[in-house]
Amino acid sequence: MGRIYLDNNATTPVRPEVAEALARMLKGCYGNPSTLYCIGQEAHVEMEHARDVMAGILGCNREEIIFTSGGTESDNIAVLGAARANRKKGNHIITTKIEHHAVLNPCKALEKEGWSVTYLPVDEYGMVNPEDVERSITSGTALISIMHANNEVGTIQPIAEIGRIARAHKITFHTDAVQTFGKLSVNVNELGADLLSASSHKIYGPKGVGLLYVRKGTKILPIMFGGHQERSLRPGTENVPGIVGFGKAAELMAAEGPAEEARLLKLRERLWEGIKASVPHVKLNGHPTMRLAGTLNVIFEYVEGESIILSLDEHGICAASGSACTSDSLEPSHVLAAMGVPPEKSHGALRFSLGRENTTEDVDKVLEALPKVVEKLRSFSPIYKDFLKQQTV
Amino acid sequence: MAYSEKVMDHFRNPRNVGEMKDPDGVGKVGNPVCGDIMELYIKVKDDTIVDAKFQTLGCGAAIATSSMVTEMVKGQKLEDALKISNSMVAEALGGLPSQKMHCSVLAEEALQSAITDYRKKKGK
Ligand SMILES: Cc1ncc(COP(=O)(O)O)c(C=O)c1O
Ligand code: FES
Repeated sequence: MGRIYLDNNATTPVRPEVAEALARMLKGCYGNPSTLYCIGQEAHVEMEHARDVMAGILGCNREEIIFTSGGTESDNIAVLGAARANRKKGNHIITTKIEHHAVLNPCKALEKEGWSVTYLPVDEYGMVNPEDVERSITSGTALISIMHANNEVGTIQPIAEIGRIARAHKITFHTDAVQTFGKLSVNVNELGADLLSASSHKIYGPKGVGLLYVRKGTKILPIMFGGHQERSLRPGTENVPGIVGFGKAAELMAAEGPAEEARLLKLRERLWEGIKASVPHVKLNGHPTMRLAGTLNVIFEYVEGESIILSLDEHGICAASGSACTSDSLEPSHVLAAMGVPPEKSHGALRFSLGRENTTEDVDKVLEALPKVVEKLRSFSPIYKDFLKQQTV
Repeated sequence: MAYSEKVMDHFRNPRNVGEMKDPDGVGKVGNPVCGDIMELYIKVKDDTIVDAKFQTLGCGAAIATSSMVTEMVKGQKLEDALKISNSMVAEALGGLPSQKMHCSVLAEEALQSAITDYRKKKGK
């Protein structure tokens, strides 16, 4: 049975060209890029090529890119580092309720240090209102951090508009672009971002590597201390093979451009139309149009998400859920909660995230398995039974 | 997190699923931790559970423990059935991941509640 991997927002398979680049670096290019002799310089050249690729995608200077150990580290440096560096301005941060925990938890840590954080609400589609951002600004606002696209429901935020507001008020602006880098345009000047996080493993690169864009002149303090690497913002000998692999992955994404996004969008709509036609009592989560092409988050009422995932796994299909039962904290998705989805509904939330390996046949196989899976689980769901009884009276 | 083969077997092929016509006792319980729901129906004859069925909305562990508890209670005297604890059900399934132990509590509580319901009805 072939595997159908529909969890590309969680991570992606490393593509062959990237694996080759990684192997080449691991086997033959072990030099420390900070050293002056030839093998060190070889490593340096490889790494700087990756930096140039990133600078091209972001529309920035190569010096403005800091390689990190991933999206989480980039978010932590951005939030903790920029907030603390701007402490003189005040102790207020603006972010949203739907950020990834890599932003939310550093904000919570800062609250313990005496910072005050505004977690902006979103509408039913998971969209932040730029007017809310502007209204929340105080004379003490030191940082605004708002994600480019949400990883659970895929809603794309009006970042350029928020960027303009931040600029007008001279407030440092960070955006977590982990889900959009390499997929949508992430030109930092168009977005108006001073800081931007990206991660390699969401774009078919290796895990454990990412980047933070830091606009020239942006006040930021390191959160880790050591050598002079990456402008001392991320000290430590660089993960050269990882960075080179990330560079290759980004280069390939840039070359494919919008064509792949258009293909994914078609596949996603085929999946959604197929689900609506074959499974009753479903609801879409996320914005109808301003949404990542590959992301489809659906509530299957009267069933629980983990049980759907386990059943789909039996058919070789991998998907994710926003159900409380699938999270270690046993709490339902904070994103769906912020969108006003009550816990009993987010219980049945499933996220399909499509990627470059997915085909029309994959979608059709899901559409064959899914209705049966949901029907079976509903057949012994006590709340479905109650619902059906209500219908007949 | 990985479920044992036995859990997956009961999840895939749950025993005794469905609503029971004219049950002697019904236990309806909800899991306060994550919001799952279980209904357990029993038929009782001479203080012995002669049949049990369930309906559950919940995770793999919730469905598997529901299925297992119906198997365990059939043929049991009421006072013996009352001694069945959630950890006994989990053990019968070859164990549960630690963060899923709370799901088995649903099975124990549904059973207690079904027996209480039966006794209450009979007392009338
Ligand atoms: C929006 C967002 N931010 C941050 C991260 C964390 O990235 P990483 O896994 O590279 O640490 C993720 C990935 O899970 C994400 O989706
Ligand atoms: S019933 Fe929710 S985690 Fe098992």
